[in-house]
This record gives sequence, C-alpha cells and structure tokens, in this order.
Amino acid sequence: MKQSNFTVARTHQLTRDVWELVLAGDTSAITAPGQFVNIALPGRFLRRPISVCDWTAGELTLLVKKAGEGTRELVRMAPGTELDVLSGLGNGFNPAKAAGKNAVLVGGGIGIAPLVGLARQMLEAGQSPIIVLGYRSAEESFCQALFAAWNMDLRIATEDGSLGAKGFVTDLLRTFSEDIYVLACGPTPMLRSICSLPNVTGGQFSFEARMACGFGACVGCSIPTANGPRRVCKDGPIFQKEEIVW
Amino acid sequence: MVDLSVNLAGVTLKNPIIPASGTFGYGREFAELYDLNILGSFSWKGTTAAPRSGNPQPRIAETPGGMLNAVGLQNPGIDTVIAEEVPSIAKIFHGPVIANIGGFTLEEYAENCRKLEDVEQAAILEVNISCPNVHAGGKNFGCDPKAAAEVTRAVRAVTKKPVFMKLTPNVTDIAEIARACEAEGADGLCLINTLLGMRIGLNTRRPILANCTGGLSGPAVFPVAVRMVWDVYEAVKIPIIGCGGVDSAETAAEMMLAGAAAVEVGAANLKNPCACKTIIETLPAVCERLGVTKISELTGGAHHG
Repeated sequence: MKQSNFTVARTHQLTRDVWELVLAGDTSAITAPGQFVNIALPGRFLRRPISVCDWTAGELTLLVKKAGEGTRELVRMAPGTELDVLSGLGNGFNPAKAAGKNAVLVGGGIGIAPLVGLARQMLEAGQSPIIVLGYRSAEESFCQALFAAWNMDLRIATEDGSLGAKGFVTDLLRTFSEDIYVLACGPTPMLRSICSLPNVTGGQFSFEARMACGFGACVGCSIPTANGPRRVCKDGPIFQKEEIVW
Repeated sequence: MVDLSVNLAGVTLKNPIIPASGTFGYGREFAELYDLNILGSFSWKGTTAAPRSGNPQPRIAETPGGMLNAVGLQNPGIDTVIAEEVPSIAKIFHGPVIANIGGFTLEEYAENCRKLEDVEQAAILEVNISCPNVHAGGKNFGCDPKAAAEVTRAVRAVTKKPVFMKLTPNVTDIAEIARACEAEGADGLCLINTLLGMRIGLNTRRPILANCTGGLSGPAVFPVAVRMVWDVYEAVKIPIIGCGGVDSAETAAEMMLAGAAAVEVGAANLKNPCACKTIIETLPAVCERLGVTKISELTGGAHHG
C-alpha cells in the first residue's frame, strides 16, 4: 500500500455511464491485476475504491461507472487535477494458478475492467485465455475492441441480444464442453451463477463490498468464507472458488 | 521544545494521540506506512470472549462529514488475541497499549479483564459499554447508570490495571453515567463512542446498512463529543480520553481544552491512514501557538477563567 498524489492525465467517455480515466503517478505499489485503488474526493468523507484496469510504470488506467455522486464527480475531473490515492490495495488475481488449465476470463459490465491488465499479463506469460464478456446491450459495451486487437478468443453475451449471443455469460460458459478454470469479476449474482456451473471446476472471483478504509483496518467489508470472516479489501477482493460461501 | 507527554491514571504516554478502537485493528496495516512507536498508545479492536463474525453486509455507509458503521464487534476472541495478536503487536509497537474489551454479561467483562492481567503491554483496560451495533437482549450497559456501575464494579474487582469505561453518547445525561462509573472505582473514562444513525437508499427505498442502524463517526460528531467531554469534565475528577471526530492537531487541542487528558482519533485513520502521524507532527506547533510548553496544560483549559 502506498499513499501518493496522482494527476488526471486524460479522461475518455466509453459509454453513457462508463469512463476511462488515466492517472499519472507512482504505480510501484501495484503488484497484481485485480488490485484496486482508493481515491479521496474533495468534500467526501470516504474514499472511492476503484479496481485497476491496467497500469504502466507511470500511469494507471481506471474504468469508472457513474453510480452515485462520488463517481459522478470523479469522471468529471479535469486533466491536471491532483488526487490523493491509496494504491496497491487488495490481493489481486494470481494468473499462475491458471497455468495448464482451460482458463476463461469472465467479466460482467464494469467488472470487465480488471480483466484488461489480467489478460495482458497472461498474454505476456504465454497463456492464451478465452475472454467472455457480458453487457446489457451493444450500446453499453466497451473494451471489446481492445481484446479483439490482442487477437484473443473473444465471446460476448448481451441481455437483449444486440451484440454477440443473447443471454448471460453463464449461457456461453455452459456451452464449453471441457472443464474450465474461471477468473471472474462482475455483479455478485453473476459470480454465484458461474460458481454453480458443473464445468467450472475452479477459479478466482473478484468481490465487491461497501468499504470504509480499503486497507484492512476497519473490517467493514468482511464476508464469511470457508476460512472464517475475511476482508474483501485486504484478504480479497479475489477469493478462490473453494473458500467462497454463498 | 514542547512537552507532549500526558498521564492517564499513572500510565505515561509520550503524547496524547491514540488511534481509537475499531479504526486501527491490531496496528498491522498502519505499520506498513509509518513507525507506530510515534504514537502515545493505541486502542485495539474491541475484543469479546468468543470470536465474533459481526453483522451481515453492508456494514458501511457514507454520511455528510462522516460515516456509519455496523461492524458488530467482529473480533477473533480474547484467547486468540492474547495468543496471536499480542505477540505480533509487541514486534511493531513498544509503548503501552489500551486493551478495548467488549462483553454481553458482567461475567464476560470480568473474565476478559482477568485474562489480560498478565499481558504486560495492555497498560489500560478500556471497557466498552457502548457499542451501538450489537443487540444483547436490548440491554446496553452504557445507557443506564446502574448497569454502567455494575460493569465497572465487576471489572474493578478482578484487575489492578487502570480501568477506563468507554461511554455512549446515546443517552440523555452522560455526566450521570460518568459519575456512576467513577463512584465504582473507574480510573478514567473514554468518550464518546459512535452516535446511532441511519441512511436509506433512494433507489432501493431500504436502509443501506443490513443492520438498519449504525454508529456515526467522523468530523460530523466532533462538536457533540466536545460538548460531552465538557459536561463530564465538570462532573468527575478522573481523567477523560476525548474521542469523536478529531482529525487534526487543532481539533485534538480543542478536545483537550474541553477536558480531555488524551485524545483518540477514529474515523480519520480510515480516510487518511497517516492521520495520527500528521497530528503528532503538528501538535508542537499548535501548542506553541497556544502558548503552552506542556500539552497537559491544555486539559480543561476552557473551563477556567
């Protein structure tokens, strides 16, 4: 964990509600895809936890969905704005555990964000996971061009059928004939459905929770697991399939 | 050179700044960012006899100027704390620790305190009779002077360590509770715990917290805490640890002027993990501005003249 100032380098609207924010600063505390940052906003008491989409030595990319007033203010930040950021929070995905397995990265809505850095790392390590993305509609889709540009095996489901297959990501996963190992991020009902599929034999699932500190001090975000209560912010946000209690 | 040291019922702290229980865990997370040995002390996470997993999610909601929590005394239980957390604290902090103790019966409070008698680093017992987020048959020891007195008597009987009772602000007359604790031999008081509050989601039309209500903390409660410390300072002679909304050296000094001998910093740690470090570094300059060479001279200063 590191507390430092980042500067808004540029912002870019991807859909009606989703924005890409690129922040310049010291990213040295970020050690794994699936970690998050916790951003202080002027006039707001709590920081906003946002998962890291991807990062380089000097830049951090975030995808932010306008959900409440805080995130609304965040996506409106003008380039040059300084932000107080806690970085390198949470455990992150462990792509090494997927080696030698039929790895599938599954993202639903804004949960697609951390899959970008994860996919990049896996490609660099010589792994070639399948990407399964779920959106409400074509209009709300984003990031698919990026995965396509990396020549990845990309499958898309939309609830209204306006892009890819009509239905949910689970409908696509069900069609895989072999056992699969899933690395997933998205709404809790989606994670739960994925976990219950018979061909999903293992995986890593990214959870979200309302947080206060984001670094393990307040235990506000604890959830029950097979190993007892665990903090989503510090012991997670990534939990192994075996330890999850639904 | 300003003397920042303060005395709490015979325990000397190098400065009056103490991270408050429930906002600092057992110190580990903060030790990643700064050397905890700059702290006067710290109050560990409220510990009960049995392990507790706390309340269901969500447990956190933001408010204007603060936050609500309904963690519900999640902790690994006193035996695990003594076996595992105490040795790990000793590696990262060498000063006196304030052991925050929760309970649901008089016997549990007494038993927890008895178990800490041989834990040398636990210099002060902070007995929490004020958690707003647990439901023990509707009984809240801190809301009734008789019940507060009974808990004080029960723990007083089993320990030689200084006993500080942690009081709730969710009462009509906090001074009456304070006097009841003092009469039964409390060595000091800590106030205030969180104020009972609630938020409702407009989209869901339901309470945001699964527990419905939670404890309000942060700058929003600061003036309430100052008023209550003021009232209690007038009512008792034992030292007071002031707690509630402190987030700067200035607000810490203000809390001391109201009557606090030392100051706990709570929610500020969650927003800014280096909050206590910054406060401690700024305190000497604030003391100089106020014209005191010993910070303990500030305690109760607003009551005189």
